Amino acid sequence: MPTTKVYVPRETTAVSVGAHEVALGIERHAQATGESVQIIRNGSWGASWLEPLVEVEVGGTRIAYGNVAPADVPTLFESGFLQGGEHPRRLGPTQGIPYLANQDRWSFLRCGAIDPGSVEDFKDHKGFTGFEKALAEGPEFVLEAVLKSGLRGRGGAAFPTGIKWRTVADAESDQKYITCNADEGDSGTFSDRILMEGDPMSLFEGMAIAGYAVGATKGYIYLRSEYPITYRILLEALDEVRDAGWLGRDIRGSGFDFDIDVHLGAGAYICGEETAMLESLEGKRGMIRYKPPLPAHEGLFGKPTVVNNVVTLASVPDIVNLGGEVYADYGVDQSKGTLAFQLAGNIKRGGLVEKAFGVTLRELIEDWGGGTASGRPVRAVQVGGPLGAYLTADQLDIPMDYEAFTAIGAIVGHGGIVVFDDTVDMAVQARFAMEFCAIESCGKCTPCRIGAVRGVEVIDRIVAGEDRELNLDLLAELCDTMEDASLCAMGGMTPFPVRSAVEHFPEDFGAGAGEERIHE
Amino acid sequence: MSQRQEVAVSTAQNAESLDLSPAMGIVEEMSPVTSGDIIPLLQRIQDAYGYLPPEAVLSVCEETGLPASKVFGVATFYSQFGMEPKGKHTVRCCKGTACHVRGGNRVLDTVEKTLGIRDGETTKDMRFTQETVACLGACALAPVMVMDNTYYGKMTPRRTELLLKEILKEES
Repeated sequence: MPTTKVYVPRETTAVSVGAHEVALGIERHAQATGESVQIIRNGSWGASWLEPLVEVEVGGTRIAYGNVAPADVPTLFESGFLQGGEHPRRLGPTQGIPYLANQDRWSFLRCGAIDPGSVEDFKDHKGFTGFEKALAEGPEFVLEAVLKSGLRGRGGAAFPTGIKWRTVADAESDQKYITCNADEGDSGTFSDRILMEGDPMSLFEGMAIAGYAVGATKGYIYLRSEYPITYRILLEALDEVRDAGWLGRDIRGSGFDFDIDVHLGAGAYICGEETAMLESLEGKRGMIRYKPPLPAHEGLFGKPTVVNNVVTLASVPDIVNLGGEVYADYGVDQSKGTLAFQLAGNIKRGGLVEKAFGVTLRELIEDWGGGTASGRPVRAVQVGGPLGAYLTADQLDIPMDYEAFTAIGAIVGHGGIVVFDDTVDMAVQARFAMEFCAIESCGKCTPCRIGAVRGVEVIDRIVAGEDRELNLDLLAELCDTMEDASLCAMGGMTPFPVRSAVEHFPEDFGAGAGEERIHE
Repeated sequence: MSQRQEVAVSTAQNAESLDLSPAMGIVEEMSPVTSGDIIPLLQRIQDAYGYLPPEAVLSVCEETGLPASKVFGVATFYSQFGMEPKGKHTVRCCKGTACHVRGGNRVLDTVEKTLGIRDGETTKDMRFTQETVACLGACALAPVMVMDNTYYGKMTPRRTELLLKEILKEES
C-alpha cells in the first residue's frame, strides 16, 4: 500500500487549538485501519482561522481540511480523506484557498509548504540557492542587491537594510556580529514566529548571507522566552543545517565560517529595542543604550553589529537569488517589496497575509479578514503594535506605505493590525498604552519611566471628569515631552496611541458630557 | 543588628535547608561562567528549583565570582524570573490588546475566581501560580492562555473553568 503524506502543523497557534491531538489521532487511526501514512509536522500557511489545517497529498496536490478537531478523525477516515474524499471539513486544494491564493508570497513562500526540520525539503524548494549565489558572486554583489531591493527593516523602524549592512561592512574590526531580533513582543504580531516555525532555515540562510556580506562569522538569534515551540524548532533545524554543512567552519568549501546561537530572552518587552537586546545578549539588564554610537559601529560587545528582524533577514536569500530589482517591483514609492500583515483582534479571519505595500487596510480587514468577528461595525484599528496609532473607520483606504502612515501620525511598524468594533472604549485603550509603557519601561530615562505613570493618572482624572480641559492640556504636554525627550521608541511612541485616541474619539474622554449635564 | 546583617543571617539559616547541589551542578556544567552567561544561568537554576531561591543565587555568585549586585540586578529586571516558590502549575493569561479585544479579561477573571488567587499569586496548597503576560504571540486565535507549557487558543470562561477543574479533580 502506498504511503500517504499528511501535513499537520506544529505551529504554536495550530497547537493551541489541538494540532498535536489531531496528529496523534490520525496516526492511531491509520495504525488501527492498517493504512500507511507519513505525518509531516509542517509550519502554518498563516490562515490561523482555519487551524488546525490538515493537508493530504493526493497525486501531487495538497488537499486541505480546515478546523479539524480530534473528534473529526474517524469521519475523515470514513470519507476517504487519504484519497482527498469529501467531508464537511474539506476545503479543496490548499493553493486554491482564496485567503492564501491572493497573497504576494516572498518571505513566506515556503511557510506551510515544507517540513521545517528537513534540509532536503528546504533545498527542494530552492533553499540555500541565494547563499550559493552570494558565495559565488562575492560580498559586494550581495550589498548591491540588498540596497537595490529597497528592503527596509521589518521590525518596525523601517531603516534601509542595505545602508545598515554597508555601514557594518565598511567598519574595521577583528570581529563583527549578525544579530537577529526575534523578540516579537508587540501584541497582535506573530509573523516572526510563523516564519521561524515554518521555515527556520531561510532565516539561517539570510543570516549567513548577511555575515558573508559584512564580514561577520558569528550570529545570534535573540528569541523571546514566550515562544517555547519556536525555540525547539529552531534548535532542531540548526542541528540539521550544521550536520549538512551549511553552517560551521569552511561552509561548503568556501573558506567562509559562520555559526548561529539561539539566546532565550527572559520576558521583557523592552528587549525588542535593539540596544536593550544587545545588553540582554551580553547578559545584562535590558536597559537601552544611548545612540550614537550606532550598533553598526559599536554593537554587541562593542563590535560592529547588524541588528535585523527575522522577516528582514528571511527576505534576503531571494533578493540575492532573483535580484534586488525583482523585489523592488513589488510595493510603492519608498515602501518596496512585501510585508507580512497580521490580522488579529475583533476579526473573523485572523492570520497572516503577505502582500506588496500599497494594499489598503480596508482590503486586508474586509477581503482577507472578513470584517469583525462580532459582526458589528469597525470603530478603530491599531496598526503597528501597542505603540501604534489608532485609526478610525474613515481612514481604512489609506495604502499600507511607511510614508503615507507617517503623514497621518501613524506607523506601519511590524505590520500588526488589531481591529476593534463599536463597543470599544478608547479611553481604556489610551490608559492601557500608558500603563503598558509604565510596566515595560526600562527606567533609564525620566520621560518614559515617570511620564507613563503620570499619564495613567491624568487619563484617570479626565475619565472621572476632574478638570477635564486642564487635564487634556496636561496630557497633550506630557505626550509632547515623552515623544521629544525619551531615549527610545518605548517612551517616544507611547503618545501615538494616546494622542490618536483622544483626537479621533473625544467622546470617549467625556467630550460633550458637560453639555449633556446642562441640558438635563 | 543592621538590616543587612539580618538578611545575611536569615540567608545562612535558609541555606541549611536548601539543597544547593542542583545549582552547583549547573555552575559546573556551564563553567567557566562569565557575566554574559547570567541569563542562561538563572534560567537553568529556575528550571531546576521552579524559582530562584535567593540563597542558591548567592551561593552561585560566591562560586563563580560574579558580583551579587549584577546577578540580582538581572534576576529582578526580567519578568520571567521570580524569587518566590511557585505552584506546581503555572497559568498564564495574555493581557495583550488582541486578547483583550476578544475577552481575555473574562478568561483571567475565571482563573482568579476558580483558583481564588490574583496576578502573581500562588494558591496556599502550592498547586497553582497565576501570572499575566503582555503577549503570547498566538493573537489570531485570541484569547490565549498557557497552562505550564501548553497553549490554549480561543479560550472561553467555560473552557477555562473546565480545564482548571479537570486538573484539580485529577490530582485530588
